[in-house]
Amino acid sequence: MFSKLPRSALPRTVARSRFISSTPSRNSDALFVHRDTPYNNPKIAFEFDAENMKRAQDIISHYPPQYKKAAVIPLLDLGQRQNKGWTSISVMNYVANLLGMPPMRVYEVATFYTMFNREPIGEHFVQVCTTTPCQLRGSTEILNTVCEHLGGIKPGQTTKDGKFTVVEVECQGACSNAPMIVVGDDFYEDLTPKSTKTILDAFKKGMKPKPGPQSGRQTSENSAGLTTLTKKPYGPGEFCQPEFQ
Amino acid sequence: MFKASPSSSQTLLRAASSASRVSRPFRAKLRTSRSLATVADPPVRRYGGLKDQDRIFTNAFCRHDHGIKGAMARGDWHRTKDILLKGDSWIIQSIKNSGLRGRGGAGFPSGLKWSFMNKPGWEKDPRPRYLVINADEGEPGTCKDREILRGDPHKLIEGCLVAGRSMNATAAYIYIRGEFYQEASHVQQAINEAYAAGFLGKNACGSGYSFDVYVHRGAGAYICGEETALIESIEGKQGKPRLKPPFPADVGLFGCPTTVANVETVAVAPTICRRGSSWFAGFGRERNQGTKLYCISGHVNNPCVVEEEMSIPLRELIDKHCGGVVGGWDNLLGIIPGGSSVPVIPIDVCGEVLMDYDSLKDAGTGLGTGAVIVMNKSTDIVSAIARLSHFYKHESCGQCTPCREGTTWMMNMMDRMVEGRGHVREIDMLLEITKQVEGRTICALGDAAAWPIQGLMRHFRPEVERRIADFRALNGAVGFGGHLASAADDTLALPDNLGLRLPEANAQVAAP
Repeated sequence: MFSKLPRSALPRTVARSRFISSTPSRNSDALFVHRDTPYNNPKIAFEFDAENMKRAQDIISHYPPQYKKAAVIPLLDLGQRQNKGWTSISVMNYVANLLGMPPMRVYEVATFYTMFNREPIGEHFVQVCTTTPCQLRGSTEILNTVCEHLGGIKPGQTTKDGKFTVVEVECQGACSNAPMIVVGDDFYEDLTPKSTKTILDAFKKGMKPKPGPQSGRQTSENSAGLTTLTKKPYGPGEFCQPEFQ
Repeated sequence: MFKASPSSSQTLLRAASSASRVSRPFRAKLRTSRSLATVADPPVRRYGGLKDQDRIFTNAFCRHDHGIKGAMARGDWHRTKDILLKGDSWIIQSIKNSGLRGRGGAGFPSGLKWSFMNKPGWEKDPRPRYLVINADEGEPGTCKDREILRGDPHKLIEGCLVAGRSMNATAAYIYIRGEFYQEASHVQQAINEAYAAGFLGKNACGSGYSFDVYVHRGAGAYICGEETALIESIEGKQGKPRLKPPFPADVGLFGCPTTVANVETVAVAPTICRRGSSWFAGFGRERNQGTKLYCISGHVNNPCVVEEEMSIPLRELIDKHCGGVVGGWDNLLGIIPGGSSVPVIPIDVCGEVLMDYDSLKDAGTGLGTGAVIVMNKSTDIVSAIARLSHFYKHESCGQCTPCREGTTWMMNMMDRMVEGRGHVREIDMLLEITKQVEGRTICALGDAAAWPIQGLMRHFRPEVERRIADFRALNGAVGFGGHLASAADDTLALPDNLGLRLPEANAQVAAP
């Protein structure tokens, strides 16, 4: 409508006050766009150390030679581990170079999978599962406990001392041991607000509490005593057909 | 039957030769001469109560050594060479006879699926052939494969070899979800031990057959549990499902024939071969045979993972192995019997169903992965299902529009249903969205997102309606999309499809 008017006919203020509004994408946990920052830009050098290089070569050898790019997820994971738990643009570029694939294909992968953190994280990466089976067992309370105990941060934030990052995650596959949190690579299961605080306190002191169920049971067995597998397991050839005994 | 009419065989011959002219009176004669059969009710068989000696996963609770020594002491790798030497068709026939159906959720007969790899003339195909193990266990409620991966990894590796032999595969990739770090290291340890013992690699188990097994760790994407998405993910791409056909058995991983199978399906194969398919087929009802790992979570006294017979009554499973529902059986509200993507069933159905594919299908739900999520009356069921909508919204890969947009819409509407902020007609609108998403996407994630909501509305619609009425009583009329009538500004030109000025059908709550 305004385009039909000659430009001079519009009051100047109207023309001046146009601006481009932008809101952060709410499509996922993090922004998909990379912006160069002092701590994350392509000029920061990254390469695998000798040990990881050996592992990388071993991983690449698992795939057909013409499909080297199949190793991109394991290599990004290696790179993330070497790079203090997050995947910077330099890690992605290095992996792309190593596998001889266009960098954009690596960026696609790194943005698709949720385990690649594209922003720096704290020393301990605390992931709280809040999907329905955990929710039924009180994961909301666990999430609140974790956030409060770490100084009132919100999910997605890092503590000021840079020690803990807390995120809310989807099902981690330990539903019979709900509620649970993951710290680094380890699952801490069967939590109560009290045991959650104990675990976090131990990490604060620099210790590593024992992973697994915190209620005293082993893995996902019945906590009131075994209902199955109570006897010694049967041995080789037992109960088999005659030809396999 | 024919004895009753002595000349019937001659009549039959004549009838056949002289066409339909005589057929009608002949049929009438047959009908009158038919005797009544006496039907005796077969004895009622009760399922459940599996004995320890019939359990396959004897180290499900990691009480014993998961390494090769402990595994061999529990009967793994026992005469595997003889199984391999029996040949592909023998293994496939054993699996077919055992009635094993895929344990990943869809329940496709495994023997049939594996046989698709051996099409006539497959020997002339120079491409390598792959077996891919789906250990991307991500369905909320499911944690059964985890116990296999960390407790009995050798059963899985041996299963790879046996299943791989049956489909003449050259290598197996085990795709383990990235979160399972400890589990992946147990499996890697098992593979290394098996190579060192000569069970894998060139001339596996001394059978002359070469077979490799590799672990591939994922990086956190539920959608990679779909078979073609999993293949894409191993190839180093975004895990977005492919269109079928071509099916993976023709063009799969790296463009080669591939079969994707669940961990549990493959891990039971060697035991079935050794103990005989009739042993395995002896459990459970017809067409639902075997044993199964069930994982029970939610409001039960002792949540656990347990291996039981197929067709065990749901109530017995919960009472026997999990110490019952918290607050007693009467305190039960509903159960999701097969992982988050199947519809919820209310208490009266829960008391009757058997845990197998067909019984749960008849009850309007599904066995899925055997993940039982129990909810008692303290549960906010609308909120529980809304949380699942959040999950599916988060995990939709974004490839197909109905799923990408639909999951977001469903999530937004479900969030409003939790507090009741909506118009009562929106329940049907929500159901219509689920119907429009269902079956219109490449993979089943769209269906999986739609079914929990359909199940909620099928069995708990009065609860949702009650919340809407309550919200309305507090806040006045609510239009579509959660717009409050009281907040509407009549000086603006509002579209008339917001439902703000709808006449009330039953004017129980008048807008203030």
